[in-house]
Amino acid sequence: MTGRRSAALRRRTWRDSGLALVMLGPSAVILVAFVFYPLIKAVILGRQRCNVRGCRTTGWDQYIDAFRSNEFQDALIVTLKFALITVPIGLVLGVALAVLADKYLRGMAVFRTIFSSTVATSVAVASVMWFFLLDPNVGFVSDLLGGVFPVLKTPGLLQDENTALWAVSMSSIWANLGFTFIVVTAGLQSVPKDLYESAYVDGAGGFMRFTNVTLPMISPTLLFASVVLVSRAFQSFGDIELLTGGGPKNNTTTVTYLAFGKGLPTAGDDGLRSTVSILLFFVLLILALVQFRGLEKRVHYGN
Amino acid sequence: MARFALVANVRLQNITKQFDGVTAVEDIDLEIGDGEFMILLGPSGCGKSTLLRMIAGLEDPTEGDVWIGDTLVTDILPKERDVAMVFQSYALYPHKTVLANIEFPLKVRKVDKTQRTGEARIAAGLLGLSEYLDRKPGQLSGGQRQRVALARAIVRKPAVFCMDEPLSNLDAKLRAETRAELISLHQRLATTFVYVTHDQIEAMTMGTRIAVMSRGHIEQVGTPQEVYDKPASVFVAGFVGTPPMNVLPAGSLEPGQHLVGVRPEHLDVTADGSLAMQVTLVEQLGHEVLVTGKVADTRVVVRQPAHAVPPAIGSTIRLDASEQNRHRFNAVTEKRVDI
Repeated sequence: MTGRRSAALRRRTWRDSGLALVMLGPSAVILVAFVFYPLIKAVILGRQRCNVRGCRTTGWDQYIDAFRSNEFQDALIVTLKFALITVPIGLVLGVALAVLADKYLRGMAVFRTIFSSTVATSVAVASVMWFFLLDPNVGFVSDLLGGVFPVLKTPGLLQDENTALWAVSMSSIWANLGFTFIVVTAGLQSVPKDLYESAYVDGAGGFMRFTNVTLPMISPTLLFASVVLVSRAFQSFGDIELLTGGGPKNNTTTVTYLAFGKGLPTAGDDGLRSTVSILLFFVLLILALVQFRGLEKRVHYGN
Repeated sequence: MARFALVANVRLQNITKQFDGVTAVEDIDLEIGDGEFMILLGPSGCGKSTLLRMIAGLEDPTEGDVWIGDTLVTDILPKERDVAMVFQSYALYPHKTVLANIEFPLKVRKVDKTQRTGEARIAAGLLGLSEYLDRKPGQLSGGQRQRVALARAIVRKPAVFCMDEPLSNLDAKLRAETRAELISLHQRLATTFVYVTHDQIEAMTMGTRIAVMSRGHIEQVGTPQEVYDKPASVFVAGFVGTPPMNVLPAGSLEPGQHLVGVRPEHLDVTADGSLAMQVTLVEQLGHEVLVTGKVADTRVVVRQPAHAVPPAIGSTIRLDASEQNRHRFNAVTEKRVDI
C-alpha cells in the first residue's frame, strides 16, 4: 500500500468513525446505563453485607462463602430440578402439539390459535389462574380430582412439600407451551415437503418419517427452544412468588427467588442478594456454553 | 418385499384429478410399456406432474384407475407399488451422509446392515459416487446431488422409476451430460421410466415415447420422431422443435380453410414462392441462420444453412414449402387434418 493511499484511508476512517460514534451512541448509552453499570455495581455490591444502617465490605470471599452455603446449594438443586422437569416435558408437549397441528385439516387454525394462546398470557395471569384451579378449598381441579388424589385437598398441591415444585412446574410448562408451539411450528413449516414425500414413496411410515426427517430437520429449532426454556427456568420468578412464595419449607426456592429474598436470610441484604445474582449469572453462562458446545454437534443447520 | 410381475407396464385408465374443484388432469388414458422411457411433456400447469404423482402414489386420482403390471394400485400405498421417485429438488436428507441417503430406502425395508451397505455401494459405484460416500449433500455439487438422488432410486431396484424434472436445476452443460447418462442408465436397468419435463429437447433425446400434455389432456402420444413429423395439433406443433413450427393462417400459403404448419427448415426461399415475408430479424447461429419475419400478422421463422447469404432486414422474400412438408390443421379445433 502506498503512503498516500494509506493517509487518505486514515482520513476517511477518522471521518467515518465520527459518524459511527453518532450511530452507536444511543444504543451504547442504553447498554451502559442499563446493563454494564448495574452489572459492575452488582459485582461490587456482592462483596458487601448490608442492612438498614448501611453496607460494609467483606471481600471477594463472600462469593465463595455464599456459593458453599446450604441455602444457595439447596436453591441450586431446586432450580436444577425445576429446569429438568419443565424443559423436557415442555419440549415434548410443544413438539407433539405442533406436529398434530401441522396437518392441513379443516378447523386446524382454531387449534393453532388455542395452542399458541399462552404466549399472550402473562406469568401473573397464568399463575393466578393455576393458583385458583389448584386451591384446596375452592379450586376446580381440586374439587374434580380430590377424590382420586387426596393431596389436592389436604394440604393442597401447592402446599405439599413433595408436590409443590411439580405444581409450579405444571403452571410454568403451561405458560411456556405457546412459545414452544409457535417456534416448533415455524420449524416444521420450513421442512421441505419433498423430503416427506420422498420418504413416503420409499416406504417410510409416520414414525420413521418423524425420526428421519422431522426431528433432524427441526434440530436447530429444538436447540434454540431448549436454550430459551432453560434460561427461563433458571430465571423463573413470578410464578414461584405468586403460587408458593418459595415454600413450603423452601421447596420451591430457586436461585432467583433466593436473590429476591423474601422470608430468607438474604432478605434486606442488598449485598448478599447481589452475590447470589452474580453467582446465578455465572451458572447461566456456563450452562449456555455447555448447551451450545454439547448440542451443536448434533444439530444440523441445513446446507 | 414381494415384487410385482416382471412385466412392469403402467396403465392409466380414465384418470381425472381435481383439486378443490379445479381439474388438473381430465379423463386420461395412457399405456406405458414395460421397459419404456416415457416422457410426459408439457408447459407448467398442464398436469404432467400430477399424473406422475398419481403413478407414484403421492396423489389419489379423483376418478379412474392406475395399474402397475397386473396389479390395480389405485388404492395401494406408494411403498407397496414398487416405484421410486426422483424429485426436482432431489429431496436428499441433508443431515445424512451420501451413503446413508442411498441406503435409506433399504433401511425402511429392514434390509440388514451389511446387505444394504453393499447394495448402496454398488448403486453409488454405478453413478460414480464412490469417493463421496461419507460426505453430506451440502458438500456436493448440484450434479453430484442429482446422482445421489438417482442412486437412492435405483438401489431399491424398483419396477418403475418416476422422475419429476430431475435435470432442471442443473446448468446447460451438465444437463446435456446427464441426459446421456440417463439414457445409458435406462438401457442398463431395462426398467420402466416415467419422466416429467417441460423441456422438449430432453423429451426428444431421451424418450422412447412422448406424451405431450396441455391443460390436463394428452394431445399426442408417440415416438419423438412421430411427434416431430406428424404433430397431432397446433399445440404440439408449437411445443416440439426449436424454433417451433410456423403455423400460417388459412389461405396464406395455399387456398383452403385449413391452417398450414411448416417447420422453419422446410420453408424454401424461392423467387416464385406464394408467401411474401418481410424480414425483421436475422440471427447468425454459426451452424445455421434464422431469418424471422412477418406474414400478415403471423411471426414466421425460416432456417437457412450456415453459409447462405441472408436477406437484408426490411427486404421482402418469397417462401414456399413442398407438399410433404405441409401440415394441415383444422382452423377451429386446431387438430391435425390429413388429406
